[in-house]
Amino acid sequence: MNAPANIAPSRRLFLKTGLALGGGLFIGAGLTDAASADDAPAALSAYVRIAPDGIVTIASRNPEIGQGIKTSLPMLIAEELDVDWKDVRIEQARVDTKVFGFQYAGGSTAMAQNYDHMRQVGAAGRAMLIAAAAAKWGVPASECSTAAGVVLHKASGKRASYGTLATAAAALPTPDFAAVALKDPKTFKIVGQRVGGIDNASIVTGKPLYGIDVVVPGMVYAVFEKCPVFGGKVVSANVDEVKAQRGVKGVYIIKGGPALDGLLDGVAIVADSWWRADKARKSLKVVWDEGPTAAQSSKGFAEQAAALSKQPATLPVRKDGDAKAALANAAHVIEAEYSYPFIAHAPLEPQNCTADVRSDKVEIWAPTQMPAPGLSLVAKTLGVPEANVTVHMVRCGGGFGRRLLNDYMVEAAAISKAAGAPVKLLWNRADDMHHDFYRPGGFHYLKGGLDASGKLVAFHDHFVSFGANNEAVKFVSSGGMTGTEFPSRVVDNYLIEASLIPCGIPTGALRAPQSNALSFVLQSFIDELAHAGGKDPVEFRRQLLGAPRVLGTPQTDPFDTGRMHGVLDLVVEKSGWGEAKLPVGTGMGVAFYYSHRGYFAEVVQASVAASGAIKVDKVWVAGDIGRQIVNMSGAENQVQGAVLDGLAEALGQEITFANGRAQESNFDRFRLLRMPQACPVEVHFLRSDNPTTGLGEPALPPVAPALCNAIFAVTGKRVRRLPIDVAQLKSV
Amino acid sequence: MAMKLNVNGSVRDVDVEPDMPLLWVLRDELNIKGPKLGCGVGLCGACTVHIDGVARRSCMTPISTVGAAKITTIEGVGDSVIGKRLQKAWIDHDVAQCGYCQAGQIMSATALLQTHPKPTDAEIDGAMAGNICRCATYNRIRAAIKDAAGVAVA
Repeated sequence: MNAPANIAPSRRLFLKTGLALGGGLFIGAGLTDAASADDAPAALSAYVRIAPDGIVTIASRNPEIGQGIKTSLPMLIAEELDVDWKDVRIEQARVDTKVFGFQYAGGSTAMAQNYDHMRQVGAAGRAMLIAAAAAKWGVPASECSTAAGVVLHKASGKRASYGTLATAAAALPTPDFAAVALKDPKTFKIVGQRVGGIDNASIVTGKPLYGIDVVVPGMVYAVFEKCPVFGGKVVSANVDEVKAQRGVKGVYIIKGGPALDGLLDGVAIVADSWWRADKARKSLKVVWDEGPTAAQSSKGFAEQAAALSKQPATLPVRKDGDAKAALANAAHVIEAEYSYPFIAHAPLEPQNCTADVRSDKVEIWAPTQMPAPGLSLVAKTLGVPEANVTVHMVRCGGGFGRRLLNDYMVEAAAISKAAGAPVKLLWNRADDMHHDFYRPGGFHYLKGGLDASGKLVAFHDHFVSFGANNEAVKFVSSGGMTGTEFPSRVVDNYLIEASLIPCGIPTGALRAPQSNALSFVLQSFIDELAHAGGKDPVEFRRQLLGAPRVLGTPQTDPFDTGRMHGVLDLVVEKSGWGEAKLPVGTGMGVAFYYSHRGYFAEVVQASVAASGAIKVDKVWVAGDIGRQIVNMSGAENQVQGAVLDGLAEALGQEITFANGRAQESNFDRFRLLRMPQACPVEVHFLRSDNPTTGLGEPALPPVAPALCNAIFAVTGKRVRRLPIDVAQLKSV
Repeated sequence: MAMKLNVNGSVRDVDVEPDMPLLWVLRDELNIKGPKLGCGVGLCGACTVHIDGVARRSCMTPISTVGAAKITTIEGVGDSVIGKRLQKAWIDHDVAQCGYCQAGQIMSATALLQTHPKPTDAEIDGAMAGNICRCATYNRIRAAIKDAAGVAVA
């Protein structure tokens, strides 16, 4: 998903300060549309409390899905407040858009949106504590300094801890947000360090942190059987037979609507334990009206794509110059067909939600990336006012984009309403894999034209994608192209056009949406063009990037060729590209990609055995997300995870459909990466003088094409379809 | 069927069907939430516990097969020197991202170090291959195991 990196100019930052409950200083900060902060609803993006004992409590407003935001945003406040990190406590904020603004996890946006703002919040608090100390001592504030939660006056040797000053500071006027002085980043003590995740101690001791662990008094457990064909309806079910199973308290036919991301038809089994509910499901027999999607299959999609590729495209995406004419005049024309499959998110914690629906109020405990839209969906579906719905955010056992949707939330609410009791709904793994919002597959029919010197003069992609709502009108969610994908704007004749296959299968954003698939196609084909023109793949890319400059405008997805040169140069240096002596059967591949405001270049070293078996030896990563890495430990972890995630997608992930049903049910056929396949990932950051941006996604896209380009370097065989088919790499 | 279970050093009474998996006895009957559901069929390791010191997938272990054996979960593994050391190494290396699989990872790592105090990379691969980390924190899991074992991290 995409969200603006910058605050809309019509909104302004405001700061509110005062006495905290129980004494001490409260600092709230956020955004408002109103002229005066006093009459504005306080949309707090930060909420800080400094207690008389010196403990600083910071509310974490966004969902934690493993991206580390619960630790990294508070680090910025603590840095500018100038307190010891050990005195900081972090609590999960409740879901309330009126108080906290839009709370979500997606698009690697949180750091870009909050970096400056969080620092200002901390700095304002520090200014107030200094002012309180200066007033108490009768000295100018300018003579006071701070260190680790203490205000100091050097000349007199006076010192006072923040805790002892907090209540006095609360009585002072709120400082002007824009006027508070920020630290010189060279003096940072917390930001830029390696800070461990705030919940680490709870995680390693098995504390109940996750949605699946929620316990509510009087709670019962539910499973929910939906039609294996997306959008199918219940005709009838053997409710009485299932009701007779041990522990079963109720069986309910739930009627849903047509929206695949809302409440769908299904049968809920409610029991006194989850295992009994799931076991009773084995006796459930449902007659389904499967609907039109039952006619769709992966095989059919491939046949339709092949047919559409031979017809004119129907959807223009971008046209610069005249690619068709330039191809006709090119010295060399290279043509290739690339494709990639639908894939599932497969977070390790299956979808779940606990809901307590009463006549007058609804309470929800949900691991979700999008709590407020979930709240709205529940209110709308149940016909209750949004004000009567409370959603508690619970730590997510992985997100990857799956929990941007709230289907499980509305299901839990509907089942609780039917059962008249608090319900914990938990999907099993097959449910999770059969009812995802998949990364859509795609087919690309590419042509590249080179002049006699090997320079790229024309680029044409006929993209066969999928059309939403079983129509061929607009791209499915996460199945589009923008036309700004590299080599956009560096080749004079560039044409991207599309044709659509009507699709009834739900799709959605998977970590680095669109980029995770397009990178494979574009960066592999660029490699083909380099080799066709007799050029080194790095050198060809450098020539394509050309002089350092910014292509496009802030409104048109700008691309800074200089930043990409920077990471490419760095990864070449670190990996020893072109210089390292590699054993026979081992090679290197390179790729770069820009996504989510981050510039990443990666080199993969891999070997291919005579059997075709691939071993990835190592990945080098160079990334540029701006001038500051907030949490070096979290940042490296995100990059390593994203890179290995991308390798897993390339090596083993595919969801196939037959008769409108997903065929893979578990990790036997849908393969996640395991320890023996996990190569070392060496991470380097290039600190360019640009604003700090997010890191959940942009390291993922380059790795699949870099791997496939390494395979080409070893075998001379070009991988044009994911997941990689090892049988095609066999040399004996 | 009524039975007594020895869990983390305490004797607990349960009365459930003999085919109920240990995972669900722990989670829903005894409110021990550390072992997690990931796949339900022994493919991911999120439910790993020790039965008499051996790492087992609790989602595939019918309660009737457990008998008087000693069950250890992530909640109790810190009572052992190796378990405690691994928990500390996991914190020192800031291993977790979402953290959901890490209880199972630590249980498998503890079982490994109990039989192989100085594991090789191949032994780590072998012992940990059954535990999936969807966030792919494998580089750090390996480093944390080596650190806890006092083996040089490459």
